[in-house]
Amino acid sequence: MTEWDPSQPILEIENLSISFFTRLREIPAVMDFSCTVMAGESMGLVGESGCGKSTVALAVMRDLGRNGRITGGSIRFKGRDLTHMSDRDLRHIRGSEIAMIYQEPMASLNPAMRVGEQLAEVPMIHRNMGHADAMALARQIISDVRLPDPDRILRAYPHQLSGGQQQRIVIAMALMARPALLILDEPTTALDVTVEAGIVDLVKDLGAKYGTSMLFISHNLGLILDVCDRLCVMYSGEAVETGNVAQVFDRMRHPYTQALFRSIPLPGANKNDRPLIAIPGNFPLPHERPKGCNFGPRCDYFLKGRCDAAAVPMALLPDQLRHETRCLRWGEIDWAAPPKVGRVTEKLAPGRLVLKLEDLRKYYAVSSGAFGGGAEQVVKANESLSFEARENETLAIVGESGCGKSTLAKVLMGLETATDGQIMLFDENVQDTPIQARNPDMVSKLQMVFQNPFDTLNPSMTVGRQIIRALEIFRQGTSDADRVERMLTLLDMVKLPRAFADRMPRQLSGGQKQRVGIARAFAGGAKIVVADEPVSALDVSVQAAVADLLMDIQRENHTTLLFISHDLSIVRYLSDRVMVMYLGHVVELGTTDQVFSPPYHPYTEALLSAVPIADTRVKKRRIVLEGDIPSAMNPPPGCPFQTRCRWKTQVPGGLCERELPPVKVMADGHQIKCHLSDDLLQGMEPVITIAAE
Amino acid sequence: MLFFILRRSGVMLLTALALTFIVFFMTNLTPNLEKLAKSEASVRMSDDQVASWLDSHGFTRPLLARYGEWLGVVPGWTHTDASGRVTGRCIAPDRTTEAAPARCGVLQGEWGQSTVFKRPVSEILARSLGHTGWLMLWVMLVMVPTALLIGVLSGMREGTTTDRVLSTFAIATTATPEYVSGVILIVLFGSATAGISPILAEWGWISGRTLFQGTATSAMDKITFWNFGLPVITIALYGIGYIARMTRASMTEVMTQQYIRTARLKGVSFGQIIVKHALRNALIAPFTVIMLQFPWLLNGVVIVETLFNYKGFGWTLVQAASNNDIQMLLACSVVAVLVVLVTQLISDIGYVFLNPRIRLS
Repeated sequence: MTEWDPSQPILEIENLSISFFTRLREIPAVMDFSCTVMAGESMGLVGESGCGKSTVALAVMRDLGRNGRITGGSIRFKGRDLTHMSDRDLRHIRGSEIAMIYQEPMASLNPAMRVGEQLAEVPMIHRNMGHADAMALARQIISDVRLPDPDRILRAYPHQLSGGQQQRIVIAMALMARPALLILDEPTTALDVTVEAGIVDLVKDLGAKYGTSMLFISHNLGLILDVCDRLCVMYSGEAVETGNVAQVFDRMRHPYTQALFRSIPLPGANKNDRPLIAIPGNFPLPHERPKGCNFGPRCDYFLKGRCDAAAVPMALLPDQLRHETRCLRWGEIDWAAPPKVGRVTEKLAPGRLVLKLEDLRKYYAVSSGAFGGGAEQVVKANESLSFEARENETLAIVGESGCGKSTLAKVLMGLETATDGQIMLFDENVQDTPIQARNPDMVSKLQMVFQNPFDTLNPSMTVGRQIIRALEIFRQGTSDADRVERMLTLLDMVKLPRAFADRMPRQLSGGQKQRVGIARAFAGGAKIVVADEPVSALDVSVQAAVADLLMDIQRENHTTLLFISHDLSIVRYLSDRVMVMYLGHVVELGTTDQVFSPPYHPYTEALLSAVPIADTRVKKRRIVLEGDIPSAMNPPPGCPFQTRCRWKTQVPGGLCERELPPVKVMADGHQIKCHLSDDLLQGMEPVITIAAE
Repeated sequence: MLFFILRRSGVMLLTALALTFIVFFMTNLTPNLEKLAKSEASVRMSDDQVASWLDSHGFTRPLLARYGEWLGVVPGWTHTDASGRVTGRCIAPDRTTEAAPARCGVLQGEWGQSTVFKRPVSEILARSLGHTGWLMLWVMLVMVPTALLIGVLSGMREGTTTDRVLSTFAIATTATPEYVSGVILIVLFGSATAGISPILAEWGWISGRTLFQGTATSAMDKITFWNFGLPVITIALYGIGYIARMTRASMTEVMTQQYIRTARLKGVSFGQIIVKHALRNALIAPFTVIMLQFPWLLNGVVIVETLFNYKGFGWTLVQAASNNDIQMLLACSVVAVLVVLVTQLISDIGYVFLNPRIRLS
């Protein structure tokens, strides 16, 4: 075997085509894909779900399953052709020279094996290391990935660790053999933003420390900007644009890349005067791809007869280093032209008070112990929540998993009853009324849009029937004919064709299903809608359209929207007021501008810093939170955030560890739950600054 | 853990009480008792004589009181006949009235007298359980490893020829009840005139006239491959199919899990993936099934022991049932209940150790 020359590409993919073979037909998943990763470089692969980015990663690992096959092209790793390598040789490369980090850490770790054993296995296979030495190495790598108490972790089972810790273990496992290439497949998608920020920092540092090349797959452009040197944008099985991150972000030369950037909420976008521009149409199914340019049917610059004539090749751009685009018209388009601004709408004034919570608490009792019994413990899911919401208003509820935002939604909806406190809905106290005891009028006025549109529709009922069913339950309409008419009107409202009434949910895309979910929620003329992460399961280009639809309906119906989300970008884009929750407490509440600019609650500050923003002009201060969110079963004394707060030393006398901070009113309608003095709070610097253009 | 076992034992005790009461009630129905009277005293008794026999043997007392007597919590009945001779539940022929204890039931270790075998129930039960114990042991030793091997082999590469052949075998065996497979096996291997034994004997491959013996009676004295093979195979075959199917389903599911992909992409070889990563996870589900096989084996041995004339627990149960041996039946039911409940307790505890994620509550 010839020695590999470090100045050559470490990974070279040329004209790779991959197909999956089903009984019916061959489904091409990736077509004519080329990319090169140099030593020490990190390459980003971006695209929406189904664009083939994970398939490329698995092809590099040669793990395409029984149905997948590489039908053309080559993958060369350090000059060796992986596409024709024997299983034996592949096994030597997997895990030792190329390692992979996966999307779901919990599922990727063997549940019945101790973490230490799983880590030690790697050097034992690839370096013939003894068990004791391998364990010692595992212990060292665990501290390298900044996990506390390595000895305990080595002996732990995966389920005993938190999601962030599990992902660090998966990273540690990948690093055990010092691989030359690391493939990261959406490594942080399943994690919270503050945890994500820690993982991203870790990956960057380790990449620099060991000189590892990386293939970083993500749908999140902001993360790519944070981590990668180069990126490759994929659309429907093809690479459409490749180049340096800065070039592609600032001087994109493919209409899809441009459309993608215009559909994500960047700072400055605003639902009223600078709305997002959704990409029209839907992603083509693999066997229904159009002739010529795949993006053609959705492209603003489409020219009939030219763009749909023949397959479009990659074109190398002049003057720039390795910047390529798969667009015929890249030289003719005026890339600097500002986007056509959609409708500009007026901000609606908040109306009457419709929802008022006072000192709401929700506790759960659980038992511990492997065989039942054990001490009874109380989970304090919600602690003294007080806030109001008015007509026409969008109130965002922000926080990481375990902060109690979903419990709050359940208590509001009546799926759970409150332990203490009051919920005033219109003119009624509903804190003790479970949903079964609420009258249909009340139920139809307070509705919910769910996170996962794939699971919330009945798979064996037509779309129209499901909406009619909701109408019947809400006692809307006088006759069946009337309800059918109303159902069709609702479909119009959510901008779905009326013909969809006869379709089954499986025939709809994710965005379309979510629209059905919205139609169902508004069937009874809902006045308050709790939207629990309504767009987080959708692709970026669809998110904008669904979010704008919600805003349109809100304007028409004067609805109050409680928007639960962990995605601060979308929150900043569409909410009027923001409530930040941590461990069951409201730590900050104010208008969107107040919350997104100083003074901050220390947690809000860290949260803002953690959100990746896909804009090269944005400068962020990096604040990485250490550790995990404490368990709600055993919250820390005093301030809930004190265990991770970087400002704690600024408060004299250890007050944070002893007393729950009082609610401090900063400005009109802006409140912060913190012990910090007013001077310090006022003196905070903004986390995000936008450099002048 | 201790609390869990205590609680489960409490539940077990209650279940055992309820079940034995049901059996007690069924075996003590009036026609049964009349039959007992006639078989014990005289077949040609008049109805009046039957009534007085029942009265003098304590069978006319209330049902609950008699159940209490059987348990040993209520004092046994006594009866003084016209001649002044005192008889009673606890007054054995060789005991005097004064020396007899007030209570004599299960709690005192007195299981009563078997009417069929004319011996104390405890003695018969101990002997037959001993025989069945050996049978079960061998069945388990053959069944569990074979079934797991078949299940793992067919499950690790779903859809291959190996998988299809082994799955067909598993389905065929589990679809054949013992009374069918037992007869077929006897014809095939245990007959001097049919099956393969005559051929083998002709070739001189076996010294006797048959490969296996068609009856297991001699196995009660000394277990050999020759006399014990067929009953063991008959029972094991059915269970093999069942457990193998469960193991296969569990194995195929595990093989699609992401942590198996992780192991594969770590460079672990296929054999090591199966042994180190898949096996423990795949055995969690079949473990419960294997534990469920114990009570089911009791049921299987009824047929097989009768078929092969092996005087174990199943054979005794059949004899007791067909001859209206009330005490024997009751004792058998207690054993059956205990076997079911204890194996389930073991299964639950074992489950916790096999699966680190599980928490019982």
